[in-house]
Amino acid sequence: MPSLLDQYLPLVVFMAIAAVISGALLVAPFLVAFKAPDSEKLSAYECGFNAFDDARMQFDVRFYLVALLFIIFDLEVAFLFPWAVAFHQVGVFGFWAMMLFLGILTVGFVYEWKKGALEWD
Amino acid sequence: MTPLSLALAHSLPEVILAVGVLGLVLYGALRGKASDGPVTEIAVGLLGAAILVILLGFKEQAILFDGAVIDDGFGRFMKVLALIGSLTALVMGQDFLARERIDKFEFPILVLLATLGMMVLISAQNLISMYLGLELMSLALYVVAAFNRDDLRASEAGLKYFVLGALSSGMLLYGASLIYGFAGTVDFAGIAAATQGHVSIGIIFGLVFLMTGLAFKMSAVPFHMWTPDVYEGAPTPVTAFFGSAVKMAAVAITVRVLMTAFPGAEAQWRQIIVFISILSMALGAFAAIGQTNIKRLMAYSAIGHVGFALVGLAAGTQEGVFGVMVYMAIYLVMTLGSFAAILSMRVAGHAVEQISDLSGLAKNNPLMAFFFAMLMFSLAGIPPLAGFFAKWYVFNAAIQAHLYPLAVIGVLSSAVAAYYYLRVVKIMYFDEAAPAFDPPTPALRVVLAITSLFVLFLFAYPALFIDATATAAKSLF
Amino acid sequence: MIAALFFYLFSAVLIASAFLVITSRNPVHSVLFLILAFFNAAGLFLLLGAEFLAMLLVVVYVGAVAVLFLFVVMMLDVDFAEFKQGFMRYLPVGGAIGAIVLLELVLVVGGWRVDAASLANVASPAPPAMSNTLALGRVLYTQYAYLFIAAGMVLLTAMIGAIILTLHHKVGIKRQDVAAQNARTPKDAVELRKKSFRQGV
Repeated sequence: MPSLLDQYLPLVVFMAIAAVISGALLVAPFLVAFKAPDSEKLSAYECGFNAFDDARMQFDVRFYLVALLFIIFDLEVAFLFPWAVAFHQVGVFGFWAMMLFLGILTVGFVYEWKKGALEWD
Repeated sequence: MTPLSLALAHSLPEVILAVGVLGLVLYGALRGKASDGPVTEIAVGLLGAAILVILLGFKEQAILFDGAVIDDGFGRFMKVLALIGSLTALVMGQDFLARERIDKFEFPILVLLATLGMMVLISAQNLISMYLGLELMSLALYVVAAFNRDDLRASEAGLKYFVLGALSSGMLLYGASLIYGFAGTVDFAGIAAATQGHVSIGIIFGLVFLMTGLAFKMSAVPFHMWTPDVYEGAPTPVTAFFGSAVKMAAVAITVRVLMTAFPGAEAQWRQIIVFISILSMALGAFAAIGQTNIKRLMAYSAIGHVGFALVGLAAGTQEGVFGVMVYMAIYLVMTLGSFAAILSMRVAGHAVEQISDLSGLAKNNPLMAFFFAMLMFSLAGIPPLAGFFAKWYVFNAAIQAHLYPLAVIGVLSSAVAAYYYLRVVKIMYFDEAAPAFDPPTPALRVVLAITSLFVLFLFAYPALFIDATATAAKSLF
Repeated sequence: MIAALFFYLFSAVLIASAFLVITSRNPVHSVLFLILAFFNAAGLFLLLGAEFLAMLLVVVYVGAVAVLFLFVVMMLDVDFAEFKQGFMRYLPVGGAIGAIVLLELVLVVGGWRVDAASLANVASPAPPAMSNTLALGRVLYTQYAYLFIAAGMVLLTAMIGAIILTLHHKVGIKRQDVAAQNARTPKDAVELRKKSFRQGV
């Protein structure tokens, strides 16, 4: 598919440059930097004590709720792209179909607003 | 009428439910209280309106929205059954939810959304509308199963149902994509045309995956594992909803897919249906014997009954489909009645659900014991109760299709299953009296009375019911 | 030639990162490898000419689903090291079952001949000369409007379900109420009282 690749040629060039630069930055320290490895350098250090427990703690379930609500509106936006591209072809019917779809999700948005799902205590 | 207004007129029940749900969400959110208030009553009104519209509306068949859905006699019949199941479950459950302090206004809304999904599912005419209907139904069901979120068992039920349900949806989608790839269309009629004469192996693979997904939703063996835990863990009104409306929709779409999209592959899907039918009947009969919890008992009973209903589908004839529809209608009535009795099991304000709690019910509440006993006899299939006719029609269809081993195994397992239904009756009538139940609410009494009188007296005047079912079954052929 | 090169590049990175998703010790690393896998799958879609699916994969899966996974991984209080031990212990049994299933699949697919009769059934129209975003847009909002609205209802259900199952409001928390705060006047907020001298309050 030569035509397809022509279309994405800037992207290919961009990726190539990005790969070269980031690769160079990764490799260069191995070659030029001064190295004195020591296991103590990697150990956890808390004010002179050993670490008491794992630094990872349980996240609040509200992060999950926010992420989930974000996905739903993200999907809504994904539906908007083909609509915008085909806007001239879909006509009045397509316009109102999208308005109805947005209306349904707006009802959901009113619900989550009034329930306080967007508040963080 | 323009095609759009005609299509909207045909799908008026769905429109009523969808618009009603949106209105209720807004109303509930803007009202700002957690409790359900009049939301349940409005939801019941919407479901009732949808039933009325279906009963009084169109009588002819129409394919709508560019082949997405169909409005036919079979669909209308199964939709009415599903709507009755949802409506009754809502009416029966209101008091229970209020006592458990989970009477949030979202519950009727989620039940309405699930019912809307069932309507789309039952009238699906291509693979996409089938999947969307199934997903809309299932998504709402996962939530209501875990509706009592502070209860460990309910959360477990919701999680199990969700994980296995998502797995089954994935299988169904995989099957659907295989079918689309090999048939070149998602339309049921188009798939039927593509499988005429010769069925390619890709379509058979897809069909098997599709049936796996549907068997999960019907809780047919070997995809039944979630059923007992979900039935036991979910709040009892939710279990009643699962046992009634959801079963109607799942069996309806299975019948519709196999009869309208795969008549050319009948030899292939019949093997699977016979297989899961035999396993379901046998497991439902034997695994229920050791149960002590009445909700678990009903779960195994549901598994067994799905097996019996599938006997009719295995025949693959018009008589078979007619048998399935009669079976599902009578099963709906029996399930709703049984759950009305189970919801009445309350001692000093607390819900109890052990079979032993029913001991000596005949002494404490003879009328309730009598009604419940009639429902149990009917579930066991003892003549002249309605449950006997249900089994009679499916076995009859199987014998006409020369599926003798299936019919024989069915009769044998229904004899085994009779044991545990009769054990419940024996416990109610001959055991030492347990503490008496609180007086049931009027709604539960009415449901229990109507359902038991229906199973008791159906034999006296079956013509109306049988004729309506026969007409509806004809529309699929 | 270049297309083939990119195909093998994307596929190789995709398979490698998918493998690392299930084998890496740290679940957060698993999620990061998953994101890498999504990006490469998007690249594969791009090579197939399905640019809308590629965009969807980046916007929805990388942008939202991966973030959700990250939160869920952080939320679950699971000792993943212990998990992995079980994984290694059951690997021989699971691997054997997987190998048997793979063998069966190979046997089935190997003996599979697509005959002309079934290919003739395939009725899907050849894609016309337009981008597939446009092709989707032309049917999604007209021919499939009913299903589009049904998808909207599914999203609404998901929203209600997520809120009802996870939303907890702590009691006794003072929330901001902009309207009430703006409507306050000095008269409501400040009280002046006459007090006699040297009496205390």
